[in-house]
Amino acid sequence: MIRAWLNQHWYAFTLTIKRLLSTPVTNLLSILVMGIAISLPAGIFTLMENLHTISGQISISPQISLFLKQHATQDDIDLIRAKLEEDKLVTGYQFVSKDQALYQLQLDNGLTEAVHNLAYNPLPDAFVVDTQDVSVDVIDQLRTDMQTWPAIEHAQFDSAWAKRLEALTNFGRMLVFVLLTLLSIAIIAVMFNTIRLQILTRQIEIEVSKLIGATDAFIRRPFLYFGALQGFAGGITAWLIITFVLQILNDELQAIVGLYAMNLHLHTIGYGDTISLLLFTTCLGWLGARASVASHLWQIEPR
Amino acid sequence: MIQLRHVSKRFPDGYMALNNIDLTIDTGEMVFVTGHSGAGKSTLLKLIATIERPTSGSITINGQNIAQIKPAALPFLRRKIGFVFQDHKLLFDRTVFDNVLLPLQISGFDQNTAASRIRAALDKVGLLGKENVLPITLSGGEQQRLCIARAVVHRPAILIADEPTGNLDSAYARDIMAMFFSFHQVGVTVLIATHDASLLEDNRHRVIALRQGKLQNDQSMA
Repeated sequence: MIRAWLNQHWYAFTLTIKRLLSTPVTNLLSILVMGIAISLPAGIFTLMENLHTISGQISISPQISLFLKQHATQDDIDLIRAKLEEDKLVTGYQFVSKDQALYQLQLDNGLTEAVHNLAYNPLPDAFVVDTQDVSVDVIDQLRTDMQTWPAIEHAQFDSAWAKRLEALTNFGRMLVFVLLTLLSIAIIAVMFNTIRLQILTRQIEIEVSKLIGATDAFIRRPFLYFGALQGFAGGITAWLIITFVLQILNDELQAIVGLYAMNLHLHTIGYGDTISLLLFTTCLGWLGARASVASHLWQIEPR
Repeated sequence: MIQLRHVSKRFPDGYMALNNIDLTIDTGEMVFVTGHSGAGKSTLLKLIATIERPTSGSITINGQNIAQIKPAALPFLRRKIGFVFQDHKLLFDRTVFDNVLLPLQISGFDQNTAASRIRAALDKVGLLGKENVLPITLSGGEQQRLCIARAVVHRPAILIADEPTGNLDSAYARDIMAMFFSFHQVGVTVLIATHDASLLEDNRHRVIALRQGKLQNDQSMA
């Protein structure tokens, strides 16, 4: 019984391969259409993943810089230190004294000459405060509080940058979602029509098969395999397109970041995402075929 | 054994194809169904082959009432019957071999068993050398024999043929009939519809005559 079932599946599979090979140009074109369509949202998704990785490298963990007034005393510094210890949102802090800052400036920028010519140290004492990774609004509130602390000249949090990144990520996510939905519907529609044409050209075959004892599942099977296989091939095409385009972008990117002595590299789709992509396109093809078969096969009943 | 009790078939357009038929056909019997075109021969065969369903009455094959069976079970009943269609219904985009392969694929036979059975069936109808040709290149008589090979390849207990000698000259027709006799001799129940009276001469088998959907005559010529 199971053996017969396996034989029937093997038959459906080989028949599908034969059908795919019997009209290679048409099938390659539809696979290409599917690949291009799905490579758009999948490509944007991959770029966003890269953006996430890169921003992670730059360190996205929120930081507030506290600059003290020029005349701040050791007592003021101790008070701020105590306040920072108490605050639950603060995960760590680092005190940078004005002398340290000046020394660092000399080292970093090679301004030794200029610094020596200064009459006094113009840099303030400062705290660099690491906070928990909570929403931008909460951290902004914390910054406003700190601004009112005594001996604080300026509390700085680059919320605008973080907010922009957040908004950009949300926008990208929405774009991927909308594109994915629209193009998925398009692919299902294309597959629906492809299978409809196939059913029409195989009308006699379907009728004869029914007459000599084929079950509906037997008749459906080659069409479903066809849809799934074309979906799978479309997924592979999308993967190739994305990999190829990222390769080109990478070469261009190296030329740019090379000038800034940075090391940035765009990664192609990961293993997990590749499997998801292939599964997704296979399901799309299968779904289109299933819908088409469901709405057309019943019309072919032996009379 | 095939049993029909009070079987009627009315088509959706109101046409009464069969009217209150009572009939019993024993296992291994060879039966001819005759009558003018429109007498209900094809309908009778299609009812027995579960291709059509009766409007009323019961049809029992080996104790199973096929008039009441669920649609999902129909394919499995049809696999027990071999049907030679009046219009052949060959697939012209497949080779002779692949045409005969179809019933075995439907039943889920493996490649090797299928191949040996197909060769046996083609051998029986005299088409063994033509496995790889397309049906379009065959003559009318050869196409008919291919149709028979497809109907018997899965070794059904019941073989039904609708006008199997329809467009053939008498020499070919005798050939074809000889094949059906040989299937009958190995124990297959054979039902043949024909309006060709010449086939019934020197015939020692049962003949059922239909006239306007009614059983007109049922005689055993033994």
